[in-house]
Amino acid sequence: MKILVPVKRVVDYNVKVRVKKDETDVELDNVKMSMNPFDEIAVEEALRLKEKGVASEIIAVSIGLPEVQETIRNALAMGADSGIFVNCTSKLEPLSVAKILTSIGNKIKPDLVIMGKQAIDDDMNATGQMLSAMLNWGQATFASKLEIQDKKIKVGREIDGGIENIEVNLPAIVTTDLRLNEPRYASLPNIMKAKRKPIDEIKVEDLKIDIEPKLEILKVEEPKSREAGIMVKSVDEMIEKLKNEAKVI
Amino acid sequence: MKTLVVVDHNNNKLEKSTLNTIKAALKLENVDLLVLSDSCKDICNELIHIKNINNIFTNENDAFKNQLAEDSANFIAENFKDYTNILFSNTSNGKNIAPRLAGLLDTMIIPDVIEIVDKQTFKRPIYAGNAIATCKSKNKINIITIRSTAFEEAEIGNENVGKIQEIGSLTTNNQTKYLNSELTKSERPELTSADIVVSGGRGLGSAENFQILEKLADKLGAAMGASRAAVDAGYVPNDWQVGQTGKIVAPNLYIAVGISGAIQHLAGMKDSKVIIGINKDEEAPIFSISDYGLAEDLFKAVPEMESKLN
Ligand SMILES: Cc1cc2nc3c(=O)[nH]c(=O)nc-3n(C[C@H](O)[C@H](O)[C@H](O)COP(=O)(O)OP(=O)(O)OC[C@H]3O[C@@H](n4cnc5c(N)ncnc54)[C@H](O)[C@@H]3O)c2cc1C
Ligand SMILES: Nc1ncnc2c1ncn2[C@@H]1O[C@H](COP(=O)(O)O)[C@@H](O)[C@H]1O
Repeated sequence: MKILVPVKRVVDYNVKVRVKKDETDVELDNVKMSMNPFDEIAVEEALRLKEKGVASEIIAVSIGLPEVQETIRNALAMGADSGIFVNCTSKLEPLSVAKILTSIGNKIKPDLVIMGKQAIDDDMNATGQMLSAMLNWGQATFASKLEIQDKKIKVGREIDGGIENIEVNLPAIVTTDLRLNEPRYASLPNIMKAKRKPIDEIKVEDLKIDIEPKLEILKVEEPKSREAGIMVKSVDEMIEKLKNEAKVI
Repeated sequence: MKTLVVVDHNNNKLEKSTLNTIKAALKLENVDLLVLSDSCKDICNELIHIKNINNIFTNENDAFKNQLAEDSANFIAENFKDYTNILFSNTSNGKNIAPRLAGLLDTMIIPDVIEIVDKQTFKRPIYAGNAIATCKSKNKINIITIRSTAFEEAEIGNENVGKIQEIGSLTTNNQTKYLNSELTKSERPELTSADIVVSGGRGLGSAENFQILEKLADKLGAAMGASRAAVDAGYVPNDWQVGQTGKIVAPNLYIAVGISGAIQHLAGMKDSKVIIGINKDEEAPIFSISDYGLAEDLFKAVPEMESKLN
């Protein structure tokens, strides 16, 4: 069984992101970048399926500037077998990413795609669902449990009221939620080994896909800030403030 | 220009967030509603008095009981592709179905909208709410999910406004099958629409210790929430998680107990009207967005607060 894992390079989750003065974007110069945390979870899940003998091959794919190859190397260092780098210098949105992944999916025919539920930069939570629609495959979003049985997967999904269990025929798309697993760190020997693993390069132009963004970003601004609050000294003072000043209880 | 709101419900009752989504839709034009369910009647009876809507389309089918994205998205794509806007609430259902529909209709989804500037311009938070992007859409069809805390509820009157009409037929998918659900049972108000939310973090230390927080919540008639760390540690169920990748809440009062205040948590609650933080570390980042902070051990402060409220 072949698993495709799309991984995105994003601003590290520990960085406090700032808006640029000219309000065109957020500040990305000299900011620490990492693999999207949900994609690490996706890579980890694929590795566990391989270790169980269910999967035979794991391919990590990333789309973007040449830097995204670092993210692919990360996935290889964790244990993925090979990578695909789609070289694309223009701005991407989930619709285009899903189209590119559809084209790659049709070419390499994976049995399963595991990807993040959400990229923590654009917070779209969309690419997996769009890709499933385009490939006309079943989807299991927000997965916190995954089991493979023959040509089916059983997935526990995190929904607003708790957990929902569904069964999806393969090939299928799974998007990961936080509780699916805890990703491993790449060991030093594996980081060394990863340097020799193959990464295929594809130029986005060669795929002949319309990737013109449909959402033009007019402005990126700071959110409204909250007024500074105060520290209270005791529970009594807290209750008094809530009752008489804030009037919320 | 025609606008459709896909109603979110649990087959018996409307999800309250739908009212916020309808309010948002009314900023656009000609609002129709769509109810897909195995039993539409009770839900339609709730919808029929909403002011300023036109049609309420329904399709009653056993397959819609479990609201699989494959079925709902196919149905909507087939029957509503001549609409200009299709809106969903940004609930787990909306997030599951709307982008799939966008994929089918070859249009770029506009998720988690907090403001409709004009008919093609929308604001949405990015980077865990650390920035707000204004997006101008070049889509022919806008598929939008609405952040319910950013909009008021649609008004409900006494007259029957919406005209109910059965529409279309569904060819059920054979890719995905619903098995069962493990839903969290609770007598408390629903987290995303509660007036008061009491949230606990890793500082609580165990599932048992959460009971002291639950006592406080019950005294206040509050909903319970949690940080990711508390959910990951298994203290509380996953659907309590508040944050960037959990639920977004904006109650009148948010009480954060034993929560440090990571960006990802703040993303889910910083639009609350009044925030209080209780944390034994006076440097905890939660205090930087708290209206009232109390630097004290929660095991002392919370029971004391509970006993002094009446
Ligand atoms: C991709 C991604 C998505 C995420 N999404 C979310 C999300 O949606 N929601 C979310 O909440 N987090 C999310 N996180 C996690 C987030 O980064 C933090 O790790 C998490 O919010 C920390 O939870 P906490 O505040 O409970 O724990 P900690 O940061 O460990 O804080 C515990 C606090 O309790 C205090 N404390 C301990 N004992 C006591 C006591 N006796 N009395 C009083 N105070 C005490 C401590 O001083 C400390 O401040 C996400 C992270 C990633 C990477
Ligand atoms: N440029 C990209 N390259 C590879 N994978 C991507 C890219 N953008 C998004 N993805 C995948 O899509 C998921 C969801 O992203 P989003 O829909 O943007 O929130 C991510 O977690 C990745 O798995």
